[in-house]
Amino acid sequence: MSAYAIQASGLGKSYRLGAKSERHDTLRDLVGNAIKAPFRNFRSIKAGSSGPAGELFWALRDVSFEVKHGEVLGVIGRNGAGKSTLLKVLSRITEPTTGRAVVEGRVGSLLEVGTGFHPELTGRENVFLNGSILGMDRAYIERRFDEIVEFAGVERFIDTVVKRYSSGMYLRLAFAVAAHLEPEVLIVDEVLAVGDAEFQRKCVGKMSEVAGHGRTVLFVSHNMGAITKLCQRAIVMSAGQKVYEGTARDAVQAYLAAGAQDLAEREFSDDEGMGDDTVRLRRVRVVQDGDEAVARVDMMRPFAIEMEYEARTRFPELDVHMVLHNDEGDYVLQSTLSLGGEGLTQTAPGRYVVRCELPAGALNAGHYWVGSHGQEPYIRWPWGRDRLLRFEVEQTSPQLARYQTGFYHGSMGPLLPRWSRRQLAGGATGADGR
Amino acid sequence: MQLHDAAPGVGREPLVIEPAGRFPRLGARELWAYRGLLFFLVWRDLKVRYAQTVLGAGWAIIQPVLTMVIFTLVFGRFAGVPSDGVPYPVFSLAALVPWTYFSTAFSGASQSLVTNTNLITKIYFPRLVIPFAPVVGGLVDFAISFVILLAAMGYYRIIPSAMAIVLVPLLMLAMVLTSAGVGCWLSALNIKYRDIKYIVPFIVQVWLYISPVAYPMSVVPKRFQLLYALNPMAGVIEGFRTALLRTGAVPWPMIAFSLASGIVLFITGVLYFRSTERVFADVA
Repeated sequence: MSAYAIQASGLGKSYRLGAKSERHDTLRDLVGNAIKAPFRNFRSIKAGSSGPAGELFWALRDVSFEVKHGEVLGVIGRNGAGKSTLLKVLSRITEPTTGRAVVEGRVGSLLEVGTGFHPELTGRENVFLNGSILGMDRAYIERRFDEIVEFAGVERFIDTVVKRYSSGMYLRLAFAVAAHLEPEVLIVDEVLAVGDAEFQRKCVGKMSEVAGHGRTVLFVSHNMGAITKLCQRAIVMSAGQKVYEGTARDAVQAYLAAGAQDLAEREFSDDEGMGDDTVRLRRVRVVQDGDEAVARVDMMRPFAIEMEYEARTRFPELDVHMVLHNDEGDYVLQSTLSLGGEGLTQTAPGRYVVRCELPAGALNAGHYWVGSHGQEPYIRWPWGRDRLLRFEVEQTSPQLARYQTGFYHGSMGPLLPRWSRRQLAGGATGADGR
Repeated sequence: MQLHDAAPGVGREPLVIEPAGRFPRLGARELWAYRGLLFFLVWRDLKVRYAQTVLGAGWAIIQPVLTMVIFTLVFGRFAGVPSDGVPYPVFSLAALVPWTYFSTAFSGASQSLVTNTNLITKIYFPRLVIPFAPVVGGLVDFAISFVILLAAMGYYRIIPSAMAIVLVPLLMLAMVLTSAGVGCWLSALNIKYRDIKYIVPFIVQVWLYISPVAYPMSVVPKRFQLLYALNPMAGVIEGFRTALLRTGAVPWPMIAFSLASGIVLFITGVLYFRSTERVFADVA
């Protein structure tokens, strides 16, 4: 046994895109062409092979990494970055075009929960069916059956067909089966992205239990909190390639910071999808003292986020939301024009700028992301995106100067609260303040 | 930590994932390790097939019996098709029992990959399990209708030849291999070319006419009979009739021919399936 549970080197996977001359999706093409070479068409999809036309698309390109036995490795990246393809290759659902991976130990993969669940079967029957699909044998499922049902909390309905289940019950049962899969190497994709908050908490708990048992886990998620909580290390994927590898916390920061340096101001043209012909977001910027957009703000003075938009029609109500995220991906703040300003926001055609001012000391030192969302209450969201630009709050307070930036944790400014102290014992009177 | 003995197929050997070689292998050992999954898929299909039906498994009886009645009226009475000296109902039933198995098993198998794409794209297991499930599952209905056939033989006081004890299992083997082979071919083609779905009913129909289901083998000219036996179901059906109904001497050369052609269909089908399965998840 080597030191590593997973060793991937140079893994690549390509697909052929829309090559008209090489695709046979109807009988006529099949008869005309494929009978001569019945294997060729499948090979052409396998890609990497020769053949005219058709652009090769590399969903995964030259990815190498190692995972030690018992380590929990996170995989993060935007949609389409190649995370799922990587997991599919490692769980042998699809075959790599290049490279190789060596996996030591029994592999179990969970790319979704409830794979193979059939609505016409009872809960009990589905536990057995799903379990066997995941690779458990019958004796094992029988042994763990009560535990699974209890974890799911569906004891009363276990002999009811699952099409009568609520979606929550269905998910809980599905996850319960999956959670009792005990391979040495576990490959998990986004399983936690389902269910209500309480169920998600339960899942994270179960996952950390799994991680704590010396099991090797490869974990893909969009939930940055779960990544930092469960994983020791993480890799960041982008456009099919591994672009970063490091501790989970560093990787999350690298992921969030990737692609965007601090940016004081951003303007939007018609084709950027920030609105439609009725209303468009035109500009977002960070300002402090005056009219100049700034990417760094002084912690100890007020600053503002300005959002400029253009309405072409009349809106009985049009609200503007501003959201802040920190570099770890947590929500710091969501606030709206209607809450903080004018109340009902009737809008006549024209150009507007809304200003959201944050008081001095509101935010701790660090990087923050600004997002903007337009809302017609109860009707629709004409525009909306998180992380449009990123700015830095600089630590300028002399009171904090003797500590490094980052000594005080959290996103809210450490100087924001008012503190006081009273002496309780020994003194004759309580004293105010210091 | 206690590790369970589940996750079949993977032993202590490190698992190597890389682009596969050119030549497919059968992968029989791994397939055997996953027999539990095959069992559960068969069981699921049986359970689900008759879910929310009033007659349930009664359909396994009604289908061949009704077809027998229709065949008897149309071919036996109106068209006056000869039946090798046995009553037409039992004559056609002896053919309908293997034929119904074959046609449902291979058409079920040909759809199986498409209806199970959710499994193929989400989890690893030997893909052959999927088309094999309807082929194995069909044996349950086969057993039920076989009992009906025996009952019909009892009604007409027909005593099978002693040879049947050897011959029936052999014929069943040919029948199962043929269904699995055709099923593998069609399912692997179907996942890429959805045209197959529309061709299958047509194949079933044509195959019915080139098999001696409604008519006896004796109406086929002698010199074409071996060519005719290239269709494995011809040998199977004729074998069933000669062994169970004693309609004539057991046509051994023909049965051997049909068995051989069944084996060829099976091996080529499985190899074709294995050589294309690596892209199933990509084209599904």
